[in-house]
Amino acid sequence: MIINHPLLGPRDAQEFVYLGDAALIHRPDGMVAGEDAFHDYLYLRDNPAGLHRELWYHEQGDRSWLVVTRHTLTHEITGVELARDVARAAGRSK
Amino acid sequence: MADHRLKPLSPLGHANPLTETVGPVTIAEITDTALASLATRIGHEDDVARLAAAAAIPLPGPGGHAQGAIWAAFWLGPQHWMIEAPFATHEDIAAVLRTSFAAAASVTEQTDAWARFDVTAPDLPAMFERLTAFDLRGAASGAATRTVIDHLGCYLIVRNPQTLTVLGPRSSAKSLHHALVTAARSAF
Amino acid sequence: MTRIAGGQIDRSRTWAFTFDGLPYTGHPGDTLASALLANGVRLMGRSFKYHRPRGVIAAGSEEPNALVELRTGARREPNTRATVAELYDGLQAASQNRWPSLRFDAMAINDRLSPFFAAGFYYKTFMWPASFWEKVYEPIIRRAAGLGSLSGQDDPDSYDKGFLHCDLLVIGAGPAGLAAALTAGRAGARVILADEDFRMGGRLNAETHGVGGIAGADWAAQAVAELASLPSVRLMARTTVMGAMDHGIYAAVERVSDHLAEPAPHTPRQILWRIYSARAILATGAIERPIAFENNDRPGIMLAGALRAYANRWGVAAGDHVVVFTNNDDGLRTATDLSAKGLEVSVIDARNGDEVTGSAGSLGLKSITVRRANGRSEVLRVNALGVSGGWNPNLNIASNHRGRPVWNDAIAAFVPAPDSVSGLTCAGAVAGVMSTHAALATGAARAVAALAELGRSVTPMDVPEAEDAPVKITPKWYVQSGKGRAWIDPQNDVTVKDIRLAHQENFVSVEHLKRYTTLGMATDQGKTGNVLGLAIMAELTGKTIPETGTTMYRPPATPVALGALAGRSRGPEFKPVRHTPSHVWAAEQGAVFVEVGYWLRTQYLPRAGETTWRQSVDREVLQTRRSVGICDVTTLGKIDIQGTDAGAFLDRVYANTFSTLAIGRVRYGLMLREDGIVMDDGTTARMGADDYVMTTTTANAVPVFRHLEYCRQVLWPDLDVQLISTTEAWAQYSVAGPNARKLLQKLVDQDISDAAFPYMACGAITVCGGLRARLFRISFSGELAYEIAVPTRYGDAMIRALVEAGQEFDAVVYGTEALGVMRVEKGHVAGNELNGQSTALNMGLGKMVSVKKDAIGRVLSQREGLTAAGGLRLVGVRPVDPARSLTAGAHFLAMGAPATAAHDDGWLTSVVFSPHLGHSIALGYLKNGTARMGERLRAVNLLASTEVEVEIVSPHFIDPEGERLRG
Repeated sequence: MIINHPLLGPRDAQEFVYLGDAALIHRPDGMVAGEDAFHDYLYLRDNPAGLHRELWYHEQGDRSWLVVTRHTLTHEITGVELARDVARAAGRSK
Repeated sequence: MADHRLKPLSPLGHANPLTETVGPVTIAEITDTALASLATRIGHEDDVARLAAAAAIPLPGPGGHAQGAIWAAFWLGPQHWMIEAPFATHEDIAAVLRTSFAAAASVTEQTDAWARFDVTAPDLPAMFERLTAFDLRGAASGAATRTVIDHLGCYLIVRNPQTLTVLGPRSSAKSLHHALVTAARSAF
Repeated sequence: MTRIAGGQIDRSRTWAFTFDGLPYTGHPGDTLASALLANGVRLMGRSFKYHRPRGVIAAGSEEPNALVELRTGARREPNTRATVAELYDGLQAASQNRWPSLRFDAMAINDRLSPFFAAGFYYKTFMWPASFWEKVYEPIIRRAAGLGSLSGQDDPDSYDKGFLHCDLLVIGAGPAGLAAALTAGRAGARVILADEDFRMGGRLNAETHGVGGIAGADWAAQAVAELASLPSVRLMARTTVMGAMDHGIYAAVERVSDHLAEPAPHTPRQILWRIYSARAILATGAIERPIAFENNDRPGIMLAGALRAYANRWGVAAGDHVVVFTNNDDGLRTATDLSAKGLEVSVIDARNGDEVTGSAGSLGLKSITVRRANGRSEVLRVNALGVSGGWNPNLNIASNHRGRPVWNDAIAAFVPAPDSVSGLTCAGAVAGVMSTHAALATGAARAVAALAELGRSVTPMDVPEAEDAPVKITPKWYVQSGKGRAWIDPQNDVTVKDIRLAHQENFVSVEHLKRYTTLGMATDQGKTGNVLGLAIMAELTGKTIPETGTTMYRPPATPVALGALAGRSRGPEFKPVRHTPSHVWAAEQGAVFVEVGYWLRTQYLPRAGETTWRQSVDREVLQTRRSVGICDVTTLGKIDIQGTDAGAFLDRVYANTFSTLAIGRVRYGLMLREDGIVMDDGTTARMGADDYVMTTTTANAVPVFRHLEYCRQVLWPDLDVQLISTTEAWAQYSVAGPNARKLLQKLVDQDISDAAFPYMACGAITVCGGLRARLFRISFSGELAYEIAVPTRYGDAMIRALVEAGQEFDAVVYGTEALGVMRVEKGHVAGNELNGQSTALNMGLGKMVSVKKDAIGRVLSQREGLTAAGGLRLVGVRPVDPARSLTAGAHFLAMGAPATAAHDDGWLTSVVFSPHLGHSIALGYLKNGTARMGERLRAVNLLASTEVEVEIVSPHFIDPEGERLRG
């Protein structure tokens, strides 16, 4: 596969490490949320046969974490963003 | 520099850096350059740009290497560069950079983290297409990228059409050198 | 000799070769198949199951029959298709799957037993009794199975892997591919034109009709010459594109040296290319299929197009009494061409109702039986029969992404579905357009369209005048006959009867049909015969062929040598090696090294007179505890963490607190996964206000770095933290033992007295008169210990300086074994305890998990299941009888309890011999272990059949109060 890195352009997926569902961005605040919230955060995942937003890490590249929107049936990639930008847009900060 | 009594070894394990010629290819171990990474602290992007300009340190964009009179740099990641300077005058490169950038950036010495080989050949792509997925044939001078060579994470810097710098993990200098020599013999 | 005039062979040179030891000659340009046929050799092999005599069927890579062993000794390669084996002077080939000889094969008895070997034979026969499987059936099957045999020796050749980039990849250099490449190449696009043949041109080399007023082969040669002159075009002959990966990536194998007796020095035999293409054009042409009839597998019976190719391209007449059996006009071309070469040819055209119903000739075709439309049968004496049932688009690669081929009635064949592979279009015969003119025109048009998608406007080449005949075919798959066998997959010996049997047993889905009968599962993937099987199944089920469907192809399109897939990653080059800074010195000392991931670490350093590793390790431990020991610990991961939020960041990634750590101090840190399980541990030193150095375990250096990047980019994107690895930048040595300070003080330029540099201090220092270095007062061994780091280039000089300075103290250099012994003696957890299943509580470190702050893993580490009373706790273990030795992995069982899982109380994680205590000791996880000190249990190892009575003790076998550390 080829991932079109937002800064570096098309790069072979072999340079990346896959993590999984980009919903991992939405980590609960551990001083507020309890075990149930963390349980859901960590273990409950959508597994769509279709478009899926996933975290990929450009380990053999610029070490950016990316959010890749990939079709799980065709491998078509329709969007690639810097995870940091996505996280900030989702309201994550410090 | 300090007058201590310890003798350095080159990454390949010799007192002096090694140069090897394979047909039209020269593979030279380079130890004359000091390296340090420079990472902008959050909110100091403008400061870093200004201070770098004042110190005549070029800071290229993604995928680039830029050469100044003394300083050179290549891009590592967002707001993150590897800075090069002559080892003879800048052995303690990190201290020099810390002085220049103060609290605007984080600086880490990297000189000894890397083994550097400068590969010179009339047709470099014919050799490197057997080593890396990087499209050297389509790359211009001044391109710099991280890539994988024989499982090793390396940086490639296109100095000019006939000269390529390969920076690889120092502990694997011998494996990397072997890969380069093997590819040179295979391609030419 | 059956050589005739013409062809693209170099008759000015003659090459010698052997087949089954007999000498023959051929010419440059020959394949092994064409050269054998030219020498009158028709019998080339035996079939897989029935050991039927077989000859060549095709003239290309689709060949199912003529599989031979090439070369001898270590270079022997089995199952090579004679049709693509390029002749070279001195080539040695041998037939296979026969004994004692090709002409007389004892296993041909299988042919007489054929009623037993029908489809599903193995499934039905080797069912019972079950105990027979391993001892009786499997050995028999293994002996009978397979075709060629391996040399059993290491492959002496090398293989490369490589990467290529292009705007347009053109797969196949027939008329369509050449037109596409010319159109794109003339416009300056980066083009790769790959063809499996050593001579580009495809069918143009095998046909007599002209292109642009000259012979087709000459036009192809001119096109290739022009392409070779274009700098942006790369011509890759002898290169098989074997599969379409995702997003325009194609895998291809280039046979660099297979046409030579052996590769030139340092030159690979083959190269596996990973081709990155923006667009690709599939121009792989079509493959002819036979019509099945009784005994249609004799040497001398081949595809009509192959018969013609051997005559036109290689100047070989496969026989002088030739019949062509066809259901389409293309078959007639063979008759015309061969007739023009002076051979006696007649045609049996199925469209007129005439059929070939059988053949005779034990080792080669002697006659055929023909049933005329009027019902009369006659026997014709022939020695070559060309059969044409039509042409199937060679669409293998187009179906790699599950694009199911669609049926095209006009050519009676499957064609690729549109957009089967993203970025790939089809041109020429593979797209179902069968004339030369249409191939040229579609090739040019597809190139224009592909480049337009890339934003380049180009004009198509002028399509030269060329043959443009329509396809005229009346489908005919097999000839109805009596009891004989009609082959459709000759390599796997699948017959029309087997399809009937599968239908009868209700294996009617094409996927079941394939697997039950093995139709198309041989090395040729059924390129010639698959469609016949589908058509026959369609007829049996009363469905149409499109309703019946077709199977799809996976890569590789043709067989690939495993060596090409391995590339250079063989033997010692399987993976890179990481050398420690002390390696040169250690090797001089005769150190024994151990692989730790890519690292090569000193395991122990034997001294003269030591005969076992234990002697060396015991000495290293005792000497360290008595005086001082030195160990290379460079392999631990080192991560530089800077930024105004670095302390807050460490508080989030470690279970314990770091923001309170004073500058110039070190703290042990425990890192959890979000699920509460321990991920890694190590020390982190605060070198400055915003400047920390984290160490990780050797194994987890990369995953921890990845995790930290994840935390700072994904979870807390505004924390001001910068990271970079410095593992390679510093050579780091542990100096441990009562004399550690005295030794180091000889080298360190600053005062390192306990007052100036107390336990858990760290800082920048200089050594040996001014070299910048770092010192950390930390201990893994339990002794007074320091880790000293110098720039890596001085690592060699530093170990020598340490050893020299240590001479007066009888200092020892110790390896990973002694390191392991001392950490178990001290009760430190390491890899065996950090097993990905254990919590801080399990390790006795539960109090380290701070509840005053949010950190990764804190919440879920407190889950009921992980904190329940009575859970596993780290304990020390000693054998009640000190003479007994323990084994890691042994399980704790109460005295008298049966050795079953229900009574399992935990296990021994790490076992060492403690020279300090003089007996075996262990760490282990024991249920409710903390409360069971002094209890006696059994350590049972059912694998080793050992059982040792043990006493549960504190995991701190030495200096439990830590007085040595602070000394």
